[in-house]
Amino acid sequence: MAKNVLTQENFSILEQSIDRHRGIKGPLMPILNDVQKTFGCVPLEVQQKISEELNIPFSEIYGVVTFYSQFSLEPKGDFVIGVCMGTACYVKNAQPILDKIADIIDTKVGETSKDGKFTLVATRCIGACGLAPVITVNEDVYGRLKVEDVPGIMEKY
Amino acid sequence: MEKVTLTIDNIQVEVPKEYTILEAAKATGIDIPTLCFLKDINEVGACRVCLVEVEGARSLQASCVQPIYEGMVVKTNSKKLRNVRKSTVELLLSNHDRECLTCFRNKSCELQTLSEELNITEIPFNKRDTVHPVDTKSEAIVRDPNKCILCGRCVNVCKVEQGIGILDFTKRGVETEVTPAFNRGLNEMPCIQCGQCVSVCPVGALKEKEDIDRVWDVIENPEVHVVVQTAPAVRAALGEAFGMPIGTRVTGKMVASLKRLGFDQVFDTNFAADLTIMEEGHELLDRIQNGGKLPMITSCSPGWVKYCEYNHPELLENLSTCKSPHQMMGAIVKSYYAKKHSIDPKKIFMVSIMPCTAKKSEAARPELQVNGLQDVDAVLTTRELAKMIKQARIDFMKLEDAEFDPALGDYTGAGAIFGATGGVMEASLRSLKDLVDHEDLKKIEYHNIRGISGIKEGEITLGGAVIKLGVAHGTANAEKLLQMIESGEKEYHFIEMMGCSGGCVNGGGQPHVPVSKKMDLDIRVERAKALYQEDTVKEFRKSHENPLVKKLYREFLEKPNSHRAHELLHTHYTARVKYPAADLPEVKEMVIGLLEEKVGVSG
Repeated sequence: MAKNVLTQENFSILEQSIDRHRGIKGPLMPILNDVQKTFGCVPLEVQQKISEELNIPFSEIYGVVTFYSQFSLEPKGDFVIGVCMGTACYVKNAQPILDKIADIIDTKVGETSKDGKFTLVATRCIGACGLAPVITVNEDVYGRLKVEDVPGIMEKY
Repeated sequence: MEKVTLTIDNIQVEVPKEYTILEAAKATGIDIPTLCFLKDINEVGACRVCLVEVEGARSLQASCVQPIYEGMVVKTNSKKLRNVRKSTVELLLSNHDRECLTCFRNKSCELQTLSEELNITEIPFNKRDTVHPVDTKSEAIVRDPNKCILCGRCVNVCKVEQGIGILDFTKRGVETEVTPAFNRGLNEMPCIQCGQCVSVCPVGALKEKEDIDRVWDVIENPEVHVVVQTAPAVRAALGEAFGMPIGTRVTGKMVASLKRLGFDQVFDTNFAADLTIMEEGHELLDRIQNGGKLPMITSCSPGWVKYCEYNHPELLENLSTCKSPHQMMGAIVKSYYAKKHSIDPKKIFMVSIMPCTAKKSEAARPELQVNGLQDVDAVLTTRELAKMIKQARIDFMKLEDAEFDPALGDYTGAGAIFGATGGVMEASLRSLKDLVDHEDLKKIEYHNIRGISGIKEGEITLGGAVIKLGVAHGTANAEKLLQMIESGEKEYHFIEMMGCSGGCVNGGGQPHVPVSKKMDLDIRVERAKALYQEDTVKEFRKSHENPLVKKLYREFLEKPNSHRAHELLHTHYTARVKYPAADLPEVKEMVIGLLEEKVGVSG
């Protein structure tokens, strides 16, 4: 089933968020946070809507959305896989693990799989160097990994 | 004014307390290099070229944003600073498309000048090899991201001075770019093509869409009758391209150069400005007397007109229906002039030399035509004309002054001042007062609506009634004025709007002036002086006294706002969607398709 994020329901939540933040100083960030949570991304239509409602230039909003990594232009997958590429993980062979995951879910780094299930991200140090090399799948953390462990982990999802 | 004393390079100076180090140094005759700085518009300290040493400070300070204090000790020239500035610019250059020899800003580029001044002889860093596509989709402005140095001047002139915000910083870190939202073409944005971004760009990242070659081709084609006209503001700035001081009036040399270039007839848009006053003035009277839509707002500035179409479709009926002067000229050349001189209008090629980039897209508007022929065939900026003069190897400084061709070249002082903010209004008032009150007023200078303050007001009595006047320039000021009307704070009958700050003299097509020079003088004021000077030397200073205008009505148009005048000289406007691309079905489909793909359509 096609899941369209541009639903009436989502837009009505957007409108409420805009109304709630209208008139406060710096309304853009809280609204964008709401949008990211509701829509799973900050699509073009939403940016234009905010631009027109709050009289903030469209390009400025796009600039903010592309500046902060917490916002995305397209919906992320159900599971966001973060492969730590910090120094410790990197020297402990994070690269082959990243390659293996990319291979299994057939998705390039920074992209979302065709079925919309996985998004693959190469992260900076997540501060779990003792567990290097480490990956996260949403809230789950897997440490001291070997390439052979990867297929087993992926099967869980 | 409170003053503080500080020491810059061992010189003790006393300057106003509000000054930055940069301004204090400037006042002392010390020239600190800058690159991103643009007074009142882009004061962000981003480029790090203006760094100075401040005694007691932990690190080097950006002098363009650093306030001064009593007893401050500043050093602007040391080995450390020379090295730091050099490295900074070398880093900028490593990412910059360094095709200076073939760049349109060759010899007028602020980065090039800086590189020379800092004695940069080699770039020790590798060049980044990403190549970005150049945006050529707009009718007037070309954006080349490969030359952009991320100074942010264009971002803020559009956002602050124009209140629009077409460009902004996107992404972050090494990937940072200045682009429109979603990296769209400028044609897919509510860009008014005023060219202020081009005007302030220190490099060649933004420029007008050049049309020089097409004009050369028709000049050299004996079959084509090539007519040229020059906007009022061109004569106030063209000389700068040949090293003359800002504000030098070069009318005679400009005309001589156009004749030398080979144009068949050299006419003056000032004549058409006089004609505009006749049409617009009578339109205003008609609206006042017959309950028409008020306030009436001028429509000479295509940047302002576009702004209105995008942002205030509810005001389109308030816009004067008059075409802008150069379009009127084109329409008259291809009708009256063609007929009178037995020239086939199809063989006439009308070129407009304008201080403006927006005029390029205006001339392409499909409704601006006569009998299926566009009023104007090509628009060149003042800069492009200067290039043609250089290409033709004409020694501009040695040219003897020449006169416009008599067929459509006669103009009054009223037409000349069109190029400065308040000028259109003043020209209108000169004629309206006389025509309505049947007088021949001697006091014809309206100083309260001259000058560069953002919004100006005045009132006159016309046939016993009080007429309230408003003048705004730069679209941010235009917006402010409209908001004051909407809130009921102000009421006007007649409003003059110009898209660029200062009016056409500071248009986006005028010669580039480096920011270091703009700190010494206000180019809007200096160039306007040239126009007011032109006004005072003319025999006739009121549009309705122009003998040629009188003759045109007598022989051809009958009277202002006649049926024929309406056909040739008036137009209509279109409400425009701000973001047309989002409404294109394929874009919508693409966005939705992308989303569907992401969340799985298998079911």
